[in-house]
Amino acid sequence: MSRFVWATGALALTLLTSPAVRAATDAELADIREQIRQLKESYEARIQALEQRLKAAETRTAPSVAEQQPPTAPPAAAASAPAAPPASGISAFNPAISAVLQGTYNNLSQDPNKYALSGFAPSGDIAPGKRGFSLGESELALSANVDDKFFGNLIISLTPENTVSVEEAYGLYTAAPYGLAPKFGRFFSGLGYMNDQHQHAWDFVDAPLVYQAFLGGQYDVDGLQLKWVAPTDEFLEFGGELGNGEGFPGTQRNKNGVGSGIAYVHAGGDLGPSNSWRAGLSYLQTRARNRNYSQIDLSGNDAQVGFSGSSQLAVADFVWKYAPNGNARETNFKLQGEYMWRRESGDFTYDRDGALGLTNTSSYGARQSGWYLQGVYQFMPTWRVGARYDWLNPGNVNYGSNATYLANPTFHPERWSTMLDWTPSEFSRLRVQFQQARLAPGITDNEFFVQYILTLGAHGAHKF
Amino acid sequence: MKILCSLLFAAMLDNGVSSARAAVNVFATVPEWGALAEELGGDKVKIYVATNALQDPHHVEAKPSLIARARNADLIIATGAELEIGWLPLVLQQAGNPKVQPGKPGFFEAATFVTLLDKPVRLDRAEGDVHPAGDPHIQTDPRNFARIATPLAARFAEIDPENAAYYQERYKAFADRWAASIAKWGTEAAPLRGVPVLVQHKAFTYLIAWLGLKEIAALEPKPGIEPTTAHLSEVLAILQRQPAKMVLRAAYQSDRASQWIAERTKINAVTLPFTVGGDAAAKDLYGLFDDTVDRLLKGAQ
Repeated sequence: MSRFVWATGALALTLLTSPAVRAATDAELADIREQIRQLKESYEARIQALEQRLKAAETRTAPSVAEQQPPTAPPAAAASAPAAPPASGISAFNPAISAVLQGTYNNLSQDPNKYALSGFAPSGDIAPGKRGFSLGESELALSANVDDKFFGNLIISLTPENTVSVEEAYGLYTAAPYGLAPKFGRFFSGLGYMNDQHQHAWDFVDAPLVYQAFLGGQYDVDGLQLKWVAPTDEFLEFGGELGNGEGFPGTQRNKNGVGSGIAYVHAGGDLGPSNSWRAGLSYLQTRARNRNYSQIDLSGNDAQVGFSGSSQLAVADFVWKYAPNGNARETNFKLQGEYMWRRESGDFTYDRDGALGLTNTSSYGARQSGWYLQGVYQFMPTWRVGARYDWLNPGNVNYGSNATYLANPTFHPERWSTMLDWTPSEFSRLRVQFQQARLAPGITDNEFFVQYILTLGAHGAHKF
Repeated sequence: MKILCSLLFAAMLDNGVSSARAAVNVFATVPEWGALAEELGGDKVKIYVATNALQDPHHVEAKPSLIARARNADLIIATGAELEIGWLPLVLQQAGNPKVQPGKPGFFEAATFVTLLDKPVRLDRAEGDVHPAGDPHIQTDPRNFARIATPLAARFAEIDPENAAYYQERYKAFADRWAASIAKWGTEAAPLRGVPVLVQHKAFTYLIAWLGLKEIAALEPKPGIEPTTAHLSEVLAILQRQPAKMVLRAAYQSDRASQWIAERTKINAVTLPFTVGGDAAAKDLYGLFDDTVDRLLKGAQ
């Protein structure tokens, strides 16, 4: 009944208004036609869009609940709606795995087995590698969140001599408040700029001379690290590390407690969209006991010497990066430098023939320093050139009564390096490097390297 | 040591004060999410945008400034789908801010709320810089903003419940105006339907799907790999068979490859803003699509 009334009403209304429609001017009609045409087009566009969405939805494996969530729904539920169901099974929680493959061809004018920095205590395995073709260090890295509180990272280094070493193996407490980031295990110390960068991320084949002379290449800590980022708009980071102090310049000492302490502060920021920088000051305090090595004495004997005492190292570092508008893809420039200063004091033992024939122990004090400066310029996508200068100052060495047998070093080791590399993707790099090193009086080493670095597996992050 | 301690203490104190006083600190990885946060958050949010429109979003470094800003953020808005994989995980790890870690309310990943296109069939780095979850350049389709705005407004309300009504109001105003704008752009762009185009980088999948353009080829031989002369010659050969109207590139990309093609053929090289700030007209989200549609229409002539 009511439907009938409505229908009649509507009919009557149409009849009543129809004369008005007929009376409409041509201009109004054109206007209405235009409106209808626009409406039609708009609907056609929408239908096509809907068809495309349908098509996309069909190819999708899981329906997206998220899109239908009303704005008042708890976002946690919305966030948990994945675009695709995660892989299940026993391997679903496998850590991120990546591997780095490296190798070089070395052409060295001096014997790498006799590689030494004149006036500086040998610090470990710092030689530029073998002559000819040689495999570099291969690296295997595993990392994942352990649970809601810890993150774990393991980096294993496989040497060409078929030995395995643990480069880093640390846990990170991720739930700490106040911007604190506690780390524990074995890790590269955060001192300086380059120390916590892995070898494959370096801009040159080998480490700067200051790293070779003062840190044995790179300073690894077995211990604890606590970093704190200040809640300021500019970057300000404080860090402290406690370790067992076994790494050069310290030695193993078979002692309870803490063997080495490190403190540093890093600051950084941007200057406009194109420039960014970071600078830092670091301090390392450690001790050595019977740090023994051989040294040629004044009468030409290959004497055995040993140092026991304290060692302090101060590092000042900076890096400045320029990329037009912050877009590093086309061209960019990077300038970095570090200055290191070391003070050692303690006892020094001289043993003329290494068989306790003539021995003498006396006080020892040394202040030595050095620096490097390097610039790397990407002049077109994927291609970079770089230059580096290294300089060491043997400084003041006070041998005490051992001055009778040992000469004070006066020679300043230095090195010039240039390199060219090609980085076809983030995962591969080929490099040639030429350098001239004067590391001992009267000896010039011309070194030429060809290097490859390949990264496979999980996508690594780029440290600044 | 004493000085250091007092410094630390002073800075901690400062942090406590600032978090009570300030608005919601938003850290947007790319300009489009900064602009959306601006639409929804108004003056209740303080926005920091980590990158600009002239920066290749695939090549960003974990700069000290980013770590400092992530340290103070209440909410990080990222694209996700591995767009920020080269820097954001490192920034999050170094910033030591548990509020904004993935899985926490302070971490918002836009790509989880839209349907990702171009999911690779073959997951292999030999295919170039492929994104396993699908194409992350979701900001080239305005309809995606409508989908993302809903959960983002809810997230603002969750982080800052005091102002929930404010966010809801702004969300409604945005949703209405945005829907009307989408209809307007759709009408304006109707002549673009079926227009064949070349792209420099496969960055316009969503734009192409939205407007019904037809992608003939990409100038990059593989995603993220620099265009080579050999590949560009192949593209020329494709154009002989299938002519295209224009070649599209994002503002941050070098114009060499598209100019090379444009010089040898009669097609137009069109630079799209790609995100907010990509050119003078793309001042906000509305300007971004006004200008994108405008440039496409001009290019198609």
